[in-house]
Amino acid sequence: MIKHLLSTQQLSREDVVRILDTAESFREVGTRVIKKVPALRGRTVVNLFYENSTRTRISFELAAKRLSADVINFSSSGSSVSKGESLKDTALTLQAMGADAIVMRHSSSGSPYALTKWVSASVLNAGDGTHEHPTQALLDLYTIRERLGSIEGRRVAITGDVLHSRVARSLSFALVTMGAEVTLVGPPTLIPPDAPLWGVNVSYDLDEVLPKLDVCYMLRVQRERQRQQYFPSVREYSRLFGLSRERVETLPAGAMIMHPGPMNRGVEIDSDVADLPQSVIEEQVTNGIAVRMSLLYLMLGGSSSSAFGEARADA
Amino acid sequence: MPDRLFLKGGRVVDPASDTDAVSNVLVEVGRIAAIGEDAPAGVSVLDCDGLIVAPGFVDLHAHLRQPGREDKETVETGSRAAASGGYTAIAAMANTDPVADHVGVIEEVRALAAQAGLCDVFPVGAITKGLEGESLAEIGELAAAGVRLFSDDGRPVPTARQLRMALQYAQAFDVVIAEHCEDASLAEGAQMHEGYSSATFGLAGSPGEAEEIVVARDLALTQLTGGRLHLCHLSSAASVDLVRRAKAAGVRVTAEVTPHHLTFVDEDLSTYDTNLKVNPPLRSVDDREALRAGLADGTIDAIATDHAPHAVEEKEAEFDQSPPGTIGLETSLAAVLTQLVQPGRISMSRAIEALSSEPARILGLSEHGGPVAPGSAANLTVFDPTATWVVEAPFASRSRNSAFLGTTLTGRVVHTLLRGELTVADGKPTR
Repeated sequence: MIKHLLSTQQLSREDVVRILDTAESFREVGTRVIKKVPALRGRTVVNLFYENSTRTRISFELAAKRLSADVINFSSSGSSVSKGESLKDTALTLQAMGADAIVMRHSSSGSPYALTKWVSASVLNAGDGTHEHPTQALLDLYTIRERLGSIEGRRVAITGDVLHSRVARSLSFALVTMGAEVTLVGPPTLIPPDAPLWGVNVSYDLDEVLPKLDVCYMLRVQRERQRQQYFPSVREYSRLFGLSRERVETLPAGAMIMHPGPMNRGVEIDSDVADLPQSVIEEQVTNGIAVRMSLLYLMLGGSSSSAFGEARADA
Repeated sequence: MPDRLFLKGGRVVDPASDTDAVSNVLVEVGRIAAIGEDAPAGVSVLDCDGLIVAPGFVDLHAHLRQPGREDKETVETGSRAAASGGYTAIAAMANTDPVADHVGVIEEVRALAAQAGLCDVFPVGAITKGLEGESLAEIGELAAAGVRLFSDDGRPVPTARQLRMALQYAQAFDVVIAEHCEDASLAEGAQMHEGYSSATFGLAGSPGEAEEIVVARDLALTQLTGGRLHLCHLSSAASVDLVRRAKAAGVRVTAEVTPHHLTFVDEDLSTYDTNLKVNPPLRSVDDREALRAGLADGTIDAIATDHAPHAVEEKEAEFDQSPPGTIGLETSLAAVLTQLVQPGRISMSRAIEALSSEPARILGLSEHGGPVAPGSAANLTVFDPTATWVVEAPFASRSRNSAFLGTTLTGRVVHTLLRGELTVADGKPTR
């Protein structure tokens, strides 16, 4: 298995299948009364978060705890970082303390790559700037596979601020690897001109795309993009690229609505659309724990007897 | 130090006299005394068999950081890096602290260089006071103090009107206005060249057009004013085309390119190596090809290092927080030989012309850049064109942010002579 998870581009189809299959075994752990297996007992997982994040940090924390690892949460505010400590010195400190895995969230693209140069621990990218968010993409694949039974050949539209979205990159690369047909949708200012080289289609017309979809994936759009002149107004953006109740009607029966959260209700997605039965936004969150358990387990090389043996025995 | 040195049996490559032949060179009291004669009795002999003897290199673009950031580089350490790379003259950029917009800083840098005695340093003057792009620096007074090149390097002169004035005003003193061409609004926040790689790496990009727009503006204004323009570190294919057409139309323009833009491309940033973060950014494979072709056909006159030392802790940081720049004085010859001469893209003579005689001409230096002929100042470099080495710290420079770290290059400086004195002997600085 891979040593570090920095980008979904490094994963083969076999890697992805293995991660999702392993996650399936762990999914059941979360339904037990005692939600814990001893797979990573005695191992140390550090959550190194330079950027605020509630769901990703909690999801990783729960995943590590359910595997019986010791978990340290390190956030930049109120730590040595706020006293001006450099990323390298923080990394060397964690290294000296014997971290086995470092889960890193950072606002600068590429920071997890720098971290791998300074620590021997496995590094998991939990979102770096506008680059990638590979665990989000894997939990999304898990959710699609669980709902639709397969990923290959599925038609997926990823709509919104692709240019600045780490989710869009990770998900596009992983979906293409798995043989899905991906269309990126948004205003031309927010889609990189070279995006088709990723193996995806590009459309500026959401209405044209919706009736053919298996998965309608909406991205968070930050209001500050208006100030930066990527689009004239939030109102116009929402009219052209927001998932309204009316637009949902044009989706084929059985199509899924997804969002990585946190949502801007009323901007990229209508409030009541987020709560429709087609929407799997909460399932995404639940599956996130199992997928992150799977990754920590596979990357830290826990023994299969201690993990699945007991998991299956309890089932 | 002996008054006489005999360079025995080297291949003299001197574009200024159109020479490429194995010849002995006799140096006497700082000058070349004879070419092609036998060694006089009692002279110190440097065996140059298998080595190339060339006019000392001249760099149009080095940041020596003194005064202001002596933790990154000083005039002395920068001069030592220059001598190690075969340079006998370098132009020191004006973006120091305080800025070289008045004679005081110019004289300080010159005095420090004279004290170090490793390389002639020609301070560049600021075009605008404080590099703020508002009012012109006292170009006349700086010119009277011997400044030949003026630049607000790091940014262009912001408005067309200001640049027009600078180009016009400078003509009274026969000095050169050098521009860093970059449209600030297109380049805002950019970390690298805009394209497939920037989209994939999730880094904000700046397109080649950010440079080309300003190149086009500057060429138009040079034509309008009849002024004298030099374009720094060209990075894009379209810029090369613009310069080619302007030269054909008689515009008085020269241009430089860096060894790193001739070597690396945007894709090389896939591991977020901050030593490859430079400004202008490394661009596409097509851009690199156009730069190489432009250098070969003379559209681009000179190779300049844009030697930009930065502190270790600044470069060992998050990519978007690390300052742009690579050191370059100690690797330029080897990069040019490896990337251009060895593969047959340019001749050895053209490489030496671009490293020495052309930049000397642009700076108006009579004592540098050849000819390697009796009577000339003995500013020479002797290098081994076949020696292969791996670039690694330590450097003579105080900094180690080299884009070439870890790469294998061919070509190594053996001796450098500044007015007949060895500043580098057997690959090591003499002081």
